[in-house]
Amino acid sequence: MTLTIPALRARSARRRRRRPLIVSLAVAFLVLIAVTGLLAPVLAPHSPDATSLLNSLLPPGTEGYWLGTDSTGRDVLSRIMYGARLSLLAPLGVVLLSGVLGITIGLLAARAGGWADAVISRGMDIVFAFPSLLLAMLVVAVFGPGLTAPICALAVSYTPFVGRVVRSVALQEGARPYMESYRVMGFGELWVTLRHLLPNVMPVLIAQSALAFGYALVDLASLSYLGLGVRPPDADWGSMISQARSAILQGEPWSGLLPGLVVLLTVVSVNVLGEHLGGSIGRKQSEGV
Amino acid sequence: MNAPVLSVTSLVKKFGHFTAVDDVSFELMPGASLGIVGESGSGKTTTARILAGLEQPTSGTVTLDGRAVEGHSRRTRLWQARRLQMIFQDPYGSFDPRQTIAQSIAEPMRLHVPGSAKEHRARVGELLDQVGLSSRAGESLPRDLSGGQRQRAAIARALGIAPRVLVLDEAVAALDVSIQAQILTLLDELRGDTGISYVFVSHDLAVVRYITDTAIVMRHGRIVERGETEQILRSPQHPYTRLLLDSIPSPDWDLDRVAQDRRALDLP
Repeated sequence: MTLTIPALRARSARRRRRRPLIVSLAVAFLVLIAVTGLLAPVLAPHSPDATSLLNSLLPPGTEGYWLGTDSTGRDVLSRIMYGARLSLLAPLGVVLLSGVLGITIGLLAARAGGWADAVISRGMDIVFAFPSLLLAMLVVAVFGPGLTAPICALAVSYTPFVGRVVRSVALQEGARPYMESYRVMGFGELWVTLRHLLPNVMPVLIAQSALAFGYALVDLASLSYLGLGVRPPDADWGSMISQARSAILQGEPWSGLLPGLVVLLTVVSVNVLGEHLGGSIGRKQSEGV
Repeated sequence: MNAPVLSVTSLVKKFGHFTAVDDVSFELMPGASLGIVGESGSGKTTTARILAGLEQPTSGTVTLDGRAVEGHSRRTRLWQARRLQMIFQDPYGSFDPRQTIAQSIAEPMRLHVPGSAKEHRARVGELLDQVGLSSRAGESLPRDLSGGQRQRAAIARALGIAPRVLVLDEAVAALDVSIQAQILTLLDELRGDTGISYVFVSHDLAVVRYITDTAIVMRHGRIVERGETEQILRSPQHPYTRLLLDSIPSPDWDLDRVAQDRRALDLP
């Protein structure tokens, strides 16, 4: 009668929890970036906006300016730290917004079925086919620069990315017999969808959102690089790379390369984490029968 | 007092041009157990799904507890759910994989049975006990239980609503034979204790013989034979029933006779 031997279960749980080194490194890096952004006022050695033309374009490793300075003598390390705030918060905003939109649309399509599903799915295809950066630039052209407009535009263009996955998982999950058993028990469609379907879609959604976060970070950095995102003197990584353009041409690439490296590492970390989450969910589902 | 708890009159269900259920009528008395027998595609599962409100009949009526089930409104569905519950074939898929068994059993109670969370918890304990599950099983997730345990849990969940009729759609077909016997014994005991009625849909004549008093045999959506289960199984009148009986593997199994039965059936 008792199939569950506690020791066995504990061992399998431990095995499941052991994650590859690369994932641990990714998580560690993301935590580091988040903490430096959060505690920038405490940790940063200089003000991010303090210019000093005497100390411009110092190479990394200089006393007091570990990562060097940019063309106006601002400390690169401090700017990367402060930049982490906008560079992480803005993609987070995109992910949250597109998550909410994607869940709503995906669940609606999966549960409604028929022509409503067809209309929503084709609509998502159209938005999906539209380049996200182009949409963001159009929106900025209409509403002017600043972060709000690009965040909303990117959220819209990422919605199909989330919505498609939600829809397909919801269709798969919704076909399982427990959905019908709730209907027989008299539960309404909305209750079953929100209480039972959504939680079972959630793991896949989180994995997908991690990937979307990486894309959003790159897109927002690109917008900032193009001068369409963050307005100076606010720091974000994309605008730092953008402002380093002339320095790069002068043969002093550090002030642009370093924030670029941080963008790269962050995106790789987020993707590693997303892949890992997606993969372990797949494993768990196949274990769970 | 002797009114049927469930009566079905001229039930028809069409899917496009295909008629899955064709003019099916039967009655079920309180505390009785009715078997619906037939091969796959005979319309027995569609009949069960109509009873549970998962399909709407094309025509005909289902009368439950003296009242015709009409439409598909929320009130009707709640009313129907409180009187009739269903056990599905697949004990693996009939629970939310994220909820513990106890949570799954308590959830429909919150919808149908007035009472505090504490009362519901106590009732869940009683129900687990009634179906022969430990309280540890109640704290488990569905994936940690065996098929038989899950089917017990599904029965407990249905009983929590205290329905008058339980529709069991191939409820033991997915279980090992020894577990089947346990579940059937449990169902028999529960019927004695609670006076609940069963509609037992199955292709397995041995199972139907054990659990039902009366039976109907369906073929191509129509009822071809009805009566006392023992009577039907001992001296089948319809050639189709004879075919079903002869198809059961046994020591003196005669494939020629099965083929002969099949031919006799296909002649007009």
